[in-house]
Amino acid sequence: MVFAGLDIGSRSMELVLLHEGQVVEWRKSDTGYDPLGQAAGIMEGLSWDSLVATGYGRKLLAQNVEATVITEIQAHAIGARHLFPDCRTILDIGGQDSKAMALLPNGKISRFEMNDRCAAGTGKFLEFMASGLSQPLDEFGAFALSGQPGVSINSMCTVFAETEATSLMAKGCQANDIALALHHSVVRRSLSMLKRVGLNPPVVFTGGVARNPCMVRLLEQDLATKLQVPEQPEMTGALGAALYGASKAEAHLTASSADHAAGRPYRG
Amino acid sequence: MASEYDGMWKGLGMDLVAHDQLLGVLGQGYTDVFLSQKDRPAGMDYFNFVMSEVHGLRIKEILEAREQGEKVVGSYCVFVPEEIVRAAGATLVGLCSGADFAMEEVERILPRNTCALIKSSFGFKLGKVCPYLESADMIVGENTCDGKKKSYEQLDKLVSNLYVMDLPQTKSDSARAMLKAEYARFAKAMEELTGNSITVESLKQGIAITNAKRKALHRLAAIRKADPEPISGLDALLASQVSFYDAPVRFTQSVNALCDELEKRVADNVGVFPAKTPRILMTGCPMAVPNWKLPWIVESSGAVIVGEESCVGERGIRNLTDDSAQDMDSLLEAIVDRYFKIDCAVFTPNEDRAEHIIQMAWDYKADGVIHYSLNFCQPYQIESMGLDARLAKEGIPYLRIETDYSPEDAQQLKTRVEAFVEMIG
Ligand code: SF4
Ligand code: SF4
Repeated sequence: MVFAGLDIGSRSMELVLLHEGQVVEWRKSDTGYDPLGQAAGIMEGLSWDSLVATGYGRKLLAQNVEATVITEIQAHAIGARHLFPDCRTILDIGGQDSKAMALLPNGKISRFEMNDRCAAGTGKFLEFMASGLSQPLDEFGAFALSGQPGVSINSMCTVFAETEATSLMAKGCQANDIALALHHSVVRRSLSMLKRVGLNPPVVFTGGVARNPCMVRLLEQDLATKLQVPEQPEMTGALGAALYGASKAEAHLTASSADHAAGRPYRG
Repeated sequence: MASEYDGMWKGLGMDLVAHDQLLGVLGQGYTDVFLSQKDRPAGMDYFNFVMSEVHGLRIKEILEAREQGEKVVGSYCVFVPEEIVRAAGATLVGLCSGADFAMEEVERILPRNTCALIKSSFGFKLGKVCPYLESADMIVGENTCDGKKKSYEQLDKLVSNLYVMDLPQTKSDSARAMLKAEYARFAKAMEELTGNSITVESLKQGIAITNAKRKALHRLAAIRKADPEPISGLDALLASQVSFYDAPVRFTQSVNALCDELEKRVADNVGVFPAKTPRILMTGCPMAVPNWKLPWIVESSGAVIVGEESCVGERGIRNLTDDSAQDMDSLLEAIVDRYFKIDCAVFTPNEDRAEHIIQMAWDYKADGVIHYSLNFCQPYQIESMGLDARLAKEGIPYLRIETDYSPEDAQQLKTRVEAFVEMIG
């Protein structure tokens, strides 16, 4: 059986196909202004036995395509647990939201915190600031790492932080020093969320922002622990969704074979 | 849309165009949230009817009684002693404040960071859309949170009939004495307003009517301990909300009739949600009509609400008033005893509330507790943070939600609530 997981975030969407526990396909695309059209595009030419959708567009998809839905919180927890079976805390920073989750020994979520109301502490913030400093987003982390500490941005709010950055530039500060300070601002926001859920290592860092080396470095410094980062951190939610579908099918099979053993007809 | 009540509303000085708009939104919301539910008890028909006539027939009834000399008292808080209002032969109505209205005008009088409930009460006044407010002979404000007590200073400039009741902030002996003095002053004011004197008889009668209403709501609450749940949390909340407007005796009968039906459902093991649906206890700020956003989100996320620790809910009706005394002063003492137990977050300290939440979680077999507070409501927000550690110690899963009346955050709230339900399910 093939299990598909589709994570429709507000900025990008990811698709994972699982077959016999192995990822056999993964794809990624922007969400844009037509999430359904983009989803159709990303799924084109593929087939599956079960589809589980997550992310902010999950409901919309399920209204149009046969799919089960789970929240991105659960999807990330399942995905991260699969990749790092001993993980206890997850930090996910995506394009437009960020969240922290604490796991119980059985993999269930015991607490979570979410920031989904404003850009502060999300990928959007970094994107905005990178363009303000005329840096390509992909290299913004490396650029910030070349900066020197000493400059600080106090505001976590995108609008105020930009004002601060502009006035620092006017004072003659180096762009890479400012970039470093901006990363610190996102890290501060993430740390407070992590602390609220408890912060037990090992900590897994997921979402597109986990590709940013400066974010990883600063978080590791502040947490005084090494972070576990998936190879494709933005895929974690889609992977978790696909795994959820697989686990449901398995539970179903076990139940129906128990029915068989008891001499009861298969109930579909 | 012309209505048979246009003349009546106009007579009250209401803005018909704006009011039409409000009714439109209210009607649509009611259809989406309530009428779309499955397997509703037949006893809810009465409440549907009351809601559909909440600005119509009920107002007509009130105005007709008013022509016969019955006074109308509007209140914003469950500390206004209903027994005393009834004893003076007046009608008490809750002034709901559960929707945004005329916000731009409101924000010229009140700062933006005022809670939605207070802003809404001003919006209804400035927009001239609440027939209860416009038919009230006396509006009672109370000094509870800072937001309310300071905003009454402004409300006083907009209405001619505001009576401000002072309330204590602690549960000390002197605080109790003050509450008693304020209730005595209020009783006098009610006598002056109505021209009726409050007697031992009439006060006992007032207590009996009010207690009967509370007992019916207790009965409804007890039924909700069943699994499967025979009534949705939304419908139970609606009954609490309606208790603030309806004629009390008729309301009591209707709740009891509903309970007869629900008890039968329980005996037959019939529910509106399947057995073992995750059970949520809601706690926090009062939810006034038509503020159904969060309960709706909860019950469309695979959970059922089994109780409300709120003033529109158990906090408002938990205790009965002892009616055994035979003289005025002892009856007043009994009323003070009853209200002094209300564990509103404006009191400090307010340990009872945490105890009650935990007790309710056990009684209603809740799988988790959701705390609802309005943005900028410091009393409830601060308590909600303290509850975090308290409930963790008890092993009760807990989610804190801060929101307002705007639909903007519905999607984000839904994700949060769904994740919580997944977590406890
Ligand atoms: S929460 Fe407090 S102030 Fe508000 S109605 Fe209840 S008792 Fe009154
Ligand atoms: S919700 Fe909070 S801030 Fe608003 S009136 Fe009630 S106690 Fe005051």
